Amino acid sequence: MSQLDDLKTAIKSRLGELECVIGWEQGYDPLHATPLFIRSEADLDRLIIGPLAVHNLATYLTGWKGKKVGVVVKGCDSRSVIELMNEKLVSRDDVVIFGLCCDGVVSQRKIRAALPADPGFVESVEIGADSLKVTVAGQAATLRLADVQADKCLVCDTPDAIVSDFLIGKAHTPAPAPSLKCQDEFEAKSDAEKFAFWQETMGRCIRCYACRNACPMCVCRDYCIATSRDPLWVSQENLPSENMMFQMIHVSHLAGRCTECGECERACPVDIPLMLLRRYMNKQVRDVFKHEAGKALDQTPPLLTFKVEEERINERGW
Amino acid sequence: MPAQDVRELRIVGFLCNWCSYGGADTAGVGRFTQPTDLRIIRVPCSGRIDPLFIVRALMNGADGVLVSGCHPRDCHYAEGNFYARRRLEMLKRFLPITGIDERRFEYTWVSASEGQRWQHVVTEFTRRIHELGPAPSFNPKSDVDWNALAVKASQGQGCPCHGSIQA
Repeated sequence: MSQLDDLKTAIKSRLGELECVIGWEQGYDPLHATPLFIRSEADLDRLIIGPLAVHNLATYLTGWKGKKVGVVVKGCDSRSVIELMNEKLVSRDDVVIFGLCCDGVVSQRKIRAALPADPGFVESVEIGADSLKVTVAGQAATLRLADVQADKCLVCDTPDAIVSDFLIGKAHTPAPAPSLKCQDEFEAKSDAEKFAFWQETMGRCIRCYACRNACPMCVCRDYCIATSRDPLWVSQENLPSENMMFQMIHVSHLAGRCTECGECERACPVDIPLMLLRRYMNKQVRDVFKHEAGKALDQTPPLLTFKVEEERINERGW
Repeated sequence: MPAQDVRELRIVGFLCNWCSYGGADTAGVGRFTQPTDLRIIRVPCSGRIDPLFIVRALMNGADGVLVSGCHPRDCHYAEGNFYARRRLEMLKRFLPITGIDERRFEYTWVSASEGQRWQHVVTEFTRRIHELGPAPSFNPKSDVDWNALAVKASQGQGCPCHGSIQA
């Protein structure tokens, strides 16, 4: 894996001046990765990249504000880093970006569904060019990578890091699918069907805030209005309406800022398809403001500015 | 115009202090007849209105929400309603994915001298909400409905992309 070696060399060259470099390592089993905070060259041996390195490590950047850190990013993660910089939440000078040219990551949810048995603990994983050989309880199963790819990778148009100090790997010419089938199907449903769907899924929500905590753009931490008692935006009752209200807060605070990294949906322990909401909001932002968060440095999020004459908002004469 | 034979619905109105609230006052002083379903909340500026106010109102059982401020370029604070316009437009466009009928929310601009226009806005919006009827509740109303929801939720119907793997 020469890409990994290139990355290690690049990190080694800058590690001395950095507090740490954030990457991935193997987690509790060979199928699951976990974030790795590299502080010394010895830690470098544990670094991994590839389709299992799913986490968006930009989430950690605001926690290191004011310190110089390095971060390893895929194309989609680099959008989050850029958006954080555009909002002046992290400074470009404080972050060394090790950009990857990504071939897509897996969805653990899809792997789980494709395996014959519930993968409590995976014994081994072999990653081929376009397949994944997973051994669970002595049984090996070969999955096509294309079948278990995360939804976001199917429509990805930024596989390579947009802004980086080191770009590792060969650049792609992305050919994304125009839209996601499940999104189109859901949007085509009637209001009543959609309403019933959210009632049901929000009935499942345990409000663990994993979606918020995994989100790279959710930077309020202890000051999140969803957990404030005064004003009490969301009551402590476990009602579908309160759970939905929390999601509405998340979506509206991300309007024009969401980089569609899919971390909220990935982190959800009860499999709520949160990206249906995010993707829809992003589509509206694209239509009205021609804006895509994190696609370029020095952009202002559309809701933090205005034009006296809006081209695509009708003045709503009655 | 009192709510004659129909049940009165709950419509929440967020009006900016300087234009639309004045406009509503002008309509009252002019003794224009208006439907009585609207409950007005006066805010300093349409820029004060967090779109989440509207969501919260709809979630808590409002049948409709009307927002009105100064005409763009006429804001008392110069630019409050320019920001409001962007936010409210995004909310209005976002509502369909949640299954909440986006016609239950409307925003418009009414100046303090436009009593007539205010009467028109209120009458039209109230008529629209009455056509839509009472808003469905996001929470089940009875124990039976709660149980049905709990059963469905535990089965985890899920979204189409999670139920099956796409080829």
